[in-house]
Amino acid sequence: MELVCPAGTPVALRAAVQAGAGAVYCGFRDGTNARNFPGLNFSVAEMAEGVRFAHAHGARVLVAINTFARVGEVDLWLGAVDAAAACGADAIIASDVAVLDHVASNHPEVNLHLSVQAAAATPEAIGFYAKTFGVRRVVLPRVLSVQEIAALNRNVDVETEAFVFGGLCVMIEGRCHLSSYATGRSPNLNGVCSPPEAVSYDEDRHGVAARLSGFTIDRYAQGEPTGYPTLCKGRFRAGDKTGYLFEDPVSLNAGSLIAGLKAAGVTALKIEGRQRGKAYVGEVVRAFRRALDAVEMGSDAVEIDRILAGQSEGGRQTTGAYKKTWR
Amino acid sequence: MSAIALTLGPVFFHWPAERLADFYRRIADEAPVQRVHVGEVVCGKRMPFSDPCWPEIIERLERAGKEVVLATLAAPATVRERRSIAELCGDGRLVEVNDFTALPARSGRPFVAGPFLNVYNEAAARFLAGQGARAICPPVELSLAAVGGMAGACPGVEFEMFAFGRLPLAISGRCYHARLHGLHKDSCQFTCERDADGLAVDTLDGQAFLAINGVQTLSSQVHAFCPSPDELAGHGIRRLRLSPQSCDMIEVSKTYRALLDGQEELDSARFILSCLDLPGKMVDGYARARPGWHAVAAVD
Repeated sequence: MELVCPAGTPVALRAAVQAGAGAVYCGFRDGTNARNFPGLNFSVAEMAEGVRFAHAHGARVLVAINTFARVGEVDLWLGAVDAAAACGADAIIASDVAVLDHVASNHPEVNLHLSVQAAAATPEAIGFYAKTFGVRRVVLPRVLSVQEIAALNRNVDVETEAFVFGGLCVMIEGRCHLSSYATGRSPNLNGVCSPPEAVSYDEDRHGVAARLSGFTIDRYAQGEPTGYPTLCKGRFRAGDKTGYLFEDPVSLNAGSLIAGLKAAGVTALKIEGRQRGKAYVGEVVRAFRRALDAVEMGSDAVEIDRILAGQSEGGRQTTGAYKKTWR
Repeated sequence: MSAIALTLGPVFFHWPAERLADFYRRIADEAPVQRVHVGEVVCGKRMPFSDPCWPEIIERLERAGKEVVLATLAAPATVRERRSIAELCGDGRLVEVNDFTALPARSGRPFVAGPFLNVYNEAAARFLAGQGARAICPPVELSLAAVGGMAGACPGVEFEMFAFGRLPLAISGRCYHARLHGLHKDSCQFTCERDADGLAVDTLDGQAFLAINGVQTLSSQVHAFCPSPDELAGHGIRRLRLSPQSCDMIEVSKTYRALLDGQEELDSARFILSCLDLPGKMVDGYARARPGWHAVAAVD
């Protein structure tokens, strides 16, 4: 299986490659990719240099152009595709049919991966993208169980890639407008979810309220450590209950399921975290490299768990939807 | 220029079969909507409850002169759900496609691209038109200007805007009704049936914010986009979509019809809507290129 690792910056790209990434994924410095934050991402020159560095070390570069193009500005997305191809990218990760169509028509030599943002989760949907655009690999939505992934792989003839570590989207990606409803900025159109400029921490006599565009996403007692108000990981009231209605503030760690995902026919494992620094990326990639190598050598689950012990995103973890009970 | 048409979208909520039948009887007889989308789009587990009642509802609507469109699931997963999509796509009627799963089965034949399909720009719209899309109701987060931009670039496609109802904001593999009641999706006990407009989700400070409907998350507020007919025509919009809520949808559709025909002023149309038993405050931020929750101008 290929280990696909995050590279938010050229420095992180080098760290990931040196730590044993089979491939890195990254994007340009604009709204064409789903991690559009200040200080992140690559200029065209940096991308070309990143590809040279990765190739020299035996790693591949997958360029994410995976937001949906805005009306009247489609050329920005198509230009990003052309630039990625010119940089020698090994694959383009896309979700918008306009972008997919452009790659298929103009850059048939570039591998096409279907982004998780396209939310393709059935043999029919995946077959459509494969037949129409020649998509070679599909990044699976984070709402499928391992059994469902195994069944899916038996019915498609393209590669599949599954998230194993990092953030956890509980809504089907590419189908979620919660962030734009509250803040006006969205993953699909702007490449951001619960953006920092909409966040405020307001203190009163009860403690601290973490708010997004004025909506209270969580509250903390005086002195209690505060979390980032990601919309679907907040506490709310519904019926007569108060709590983490959608999902607890947890992150995904499916390290213990690597062998299961391999048995389910998954081709590539994806680590999330393009917003993370080089130390984090290097550490996580190294651990998953060792774990994946151990799985390939036939080590047991206890050994894998030992290798991955201590890998966490500073809080609680879950195997998410991979276990059916999550639903 | 022909008049702007009204579409009644599919019911998102788990209404009992008798309620669905009653609802559509009244729609058939009284609502000035030209097109009615029927079928389950949110949760395949509910389909055994409503499946038996659709043939009678469809016949009744068609006898009343409505064009019936068969809506397909937004997030199909199981073999049974996928089979139901293939069956609907084989029908001679127009079909609302809400996931690319339906495209191979519908290939080349006319369909409506529903709001769950990601059609965000004119190039994507043109691509879908090539696949058979005759009408497109773009994702709800797009503004009037953005949809107008698509319409201007795709003159052969009917563009429709989501104009009324709680906004469909997200869909998940996880059932929030089940989770709230300490159950799993696989043994959900269909608790979503208790909430005819979805269950309100308030912030810890008591602010109305969202609503859950099984695997779906909606806005708590009711999108009530009331444009003038000239404004819509100027942007090339040909239809408005009204999404069923438990309030008087006949009155809603009559109000929109009167507004679009120039027989009702903007302010009075908004006032009439605000007097109905809506599950939340009226908003229209998305249509106005603002955050979705931004409120419609105050009604005196």
